[in-house]
Amino acid sequence: MTLMQTLGATGRPLLAVEGLTRHYGARVGCADVTFELWPGEVLGIVGESGSGKSTLLSCLAGHLRPDLGRIHYDGQDVLTLGETERRRLSRTDWAFVHQNPRDGLRMGVSAGGNVGERLMGVGARHYGRIRGQATDWLGRVEIAADRIDDRPSAFSGGMQQRLQIARNLVTSPRLVFMDEPTGGLDVSVQARLLDLLRGLVRDLGLSVIIVTHDLAVVRLLAHRLMVMKSGRVVEQGLTDQVLDDPQHAYTQLLVASVLQA
Amino acid sequence: MTAQDTDQAYNFAYLDEQTKRMIRRAILKAIAVPGYQVPFSSREMPMPYGWGTGGVQVTAACLTPEDRLKVIDQGADDTTNAVSIRRFFQRTAGVAVTEATAEATIIQTRHRIPEVPLTEGQILVYQVPIPEPLRFLEPRETETRKMHELEEYGLMHVKLYEDIARHGQIATAYAYPVKVEGRYVMDPSPIPKFDNPKLGDNPAIQLFGAGREQRIYALPPWTSVVSLDFDDHPFQASKAAHDCDLCGARDSYLDEVITDDQGGRMFVCSDTDFCAGRRARGMKGRLGADPGPPPPHPSPTRGEGGAMADGTMRDPDAPALPSARGEAAGVAGAARKDRS
Amino acid sequence: MIRIENLSKSFTLHNQGGTVIPVMAGAALTVARGECVGLTGPSGAGKSTLMRMVYGNYLAAGGRLFVGGLDVARAAPREIIALRRDTLGHVSQFLRVVPRVPTLDVVAEPLLTLGTPADQARERAAALLRRLNIPERLWGLSPTTFSGGEQQRVNIARGFAHAYPALLLDEPTASLDAANREVVLTLIAEAKARGAAILGIFHDEAARARVCDRLVDVAGFVPGAAA
Repeated sequence: MTLMQTLGATGRPLLAVEGLTRHYGARVGCADVTFELWPGEVLGIVGESGSGKSTLLSCLAGHLRPDLGRIHYDGQDVLTLGETERRRLSRTDWAFVHQNPRDGLRMGVSAGGNVGERLMGVGARHYGRIRGQATDWLGRVEIAADRIDDRPSAFSGGMQQRLQIARNLVTSPRLVFMDEPTGGLDVSVQARLLDLLRGLVRDLGLSVIIVTHDLAVVRLLAHRLMVMKSGRVVEQGLTDQVLDDPQHAYTQLLVASVLQA
Repeated sequence: MTAQDTDQAYNFAYLDEQTKRMIRRAILKAIAVPGYQVPFSSREMPMPYGWGTGGVQVTAACLTPEDRLKVIDQGADDTTNAVSIRRFFQRTAGVAVTEATAEATIIQTRHRIPEVPLTEGQILVYQVPIPEPLRFLEPRETETRKMHELEEYGLMHVKLYEDIARHGQIATAYAYPVKVEGRYVMDPSPIPKFDNPKLGDNPAIQLFGAGREQRIYALPPWTSVVSLDFDDHPFQASKAAHDCDLCGARDSYLDEVITDDQGGRMFVCSDTDFCAGRRARGMKGRLGADPGPPPPHPSPTRGEGGAMADGTMRDPDAPALPSARGEAAGVAGAARKDRS
Repeated sequence: MIRIENLSKSFTLHNQGGTVIPVMAGAALTVARGECVGLTGPSGAGKSTLMRMVYGNYLAAGGRLFVGGLDVARAAPREIIALRRDTLGHVSQFLRVVPRVPTLDVVAEPLLTLGTPADQARERAAALLRRLNIPERLWGLSPTTFSGGEQQRVNIARGFAHAYPALLLDEPTASLDAANREVVLTLIAEAKARGAAILGIFHDEAARARVCDRLVDVAGFVPGAAA
């Protein structure tokens, strides 16, 4: 069987979310979100500012504590895990790609050190091998190997973002959270990044939850799509189906509003 | 001297009894959890932050009237800082003082471990500037506490990785991080990495005090202390490849002294008591045979102190202590005075 | 292989006063293995709509839509994803690609998604591109700058890269010259021969006559039309 088929053959979803709710005082952050994510799937979450998509992502990734609801990762209840376990999960099985690469990198550490940190965090103690893996990963994200000792402050925005991806993927996580990963990048740089992400998703069998307001990005990258408005999921389904045959009024509005180049 | 000979304006060892109790509780906790930084309520001391307030508070909490105190600063008993702190305790605790490592019961040190091996019953008190080994890579206190709590020390190896990437080897020469009893990563204070092997399996109690940062940590006797390294870049306790020019010692940590404006230099033991002891037993180094006026002892302090016009270093108020180097300097100074 | 029963579809335009537009009712057809069925009917009658529904791109309002045993009208998204990966191929009228990806990789993608080793996938892609007369010097370029005809041929190559048991072809010979049209019709014939079930839309009558075994007129599925 192929990698994809093997992954799809496991009996349960990688992530099962039920009734997830988070308030900010009287305001609704996100409410009653329910979905499943299977291995190898890319789920896009779109919505405009204030739709609750960032709150949802933060709750899923463990940065915020939800008020109600359940999150099961690979059959385990994540919300009842001890902090040690959750942090370990964040460093090995999960990854988080921030919108601003500076939030996801150590700017004072070389590119090689950034990529090697997660390896050293799980006990890698051989300098030569760590450096070898870092070089390999820099190659996979199309950063020249001779830049391994440069600091990220010497990189362009696109390179910093690719470095952040390498840093996150080096320990082969199964679930990657992405918050507007192409925001703030030039259009041509975005294209390159999306291309890279598609390849990595396919080759590594990653599951990805990507939050964005850019419909073009989800069309290219996501298998499934969830549309959020005012904290609630108003529609979900196959990406191309939701975009080409939107059922909900808000989705129709969103799709119709996209400017065609 | 007895307790009655102290300056009556101060409680024994300066601190009030409640403060000493608080510090002792912190010390006990630190000894119970080797390498763990225990927060404590650092008091305002009659010296500014950065001048050893942490070490002084720990020493004050440990002192009893029967103790014999030695104070060294980068290995030397006769620099300004060592002299000041020793005088402080003589005045407020009236305890006996000594320069001989083997005779001391409590040794307060800034940035060195004595060369003479310590014995059971001795206490070594270190002055610590920044107790947190992860501070330079992770400035957030909340994060570093979590890292210690959850044993997340990958970042420590990132620092060493960066050293090798930049310098071809682990370039950290002092304050070299160690792992204690396989659990906590600790900063052993800015001692040269040459001293790191002395930390582990030491019969003495080692206490670390950081006054400004308000932390105490400890190594109880016979504790396992391992310096961090990589499998393919193992730890090496290195020193200058010279012998001591005064006493000929091959295996002691050396100070490099510039002797003239042409860049001439000599290497002398950093541990003054160790060097004096060897010379008293007749051992000589390259320059030790010539008893001519030795150059002023290099002051490692922050620009204060240093050589005085007559070549001596001594504070005229300090009680006269046997010190081979000091005596020789005094003789030279007298000789110079005669000539002028 | 493909079986449609009583399929219906309507569009509700919420932002235009909630207008409901019924576009299909009572649609039914079957496509057996090795068979090619052509959809006919005037423009706007619903040929593309029906094809999109088979692919899962449009939701059905009612009825059943079986592709190889899976009811697409009721399937979960991940089941449709798996179906599109392994079983159901689709050649649309327009080529939609991620910018920057070289033509060879665009064509190889369906095989790579299935886990085929990269060099094998590229070899197969190269063979198809050669048959469709795309010069080798273009293989390293992104097809976004190609002419309409060239893009269509890249689209077709991608659609035929993997031997899908079911294929949906939307105007595969449009904008092609005679020679290339011939190649495409041969490809379709080969697919039929290996047992693929093909549903196609061909405006070109000659092409339709060559490859289609049956024709179905979608005008019969327009709501309100006489049964």
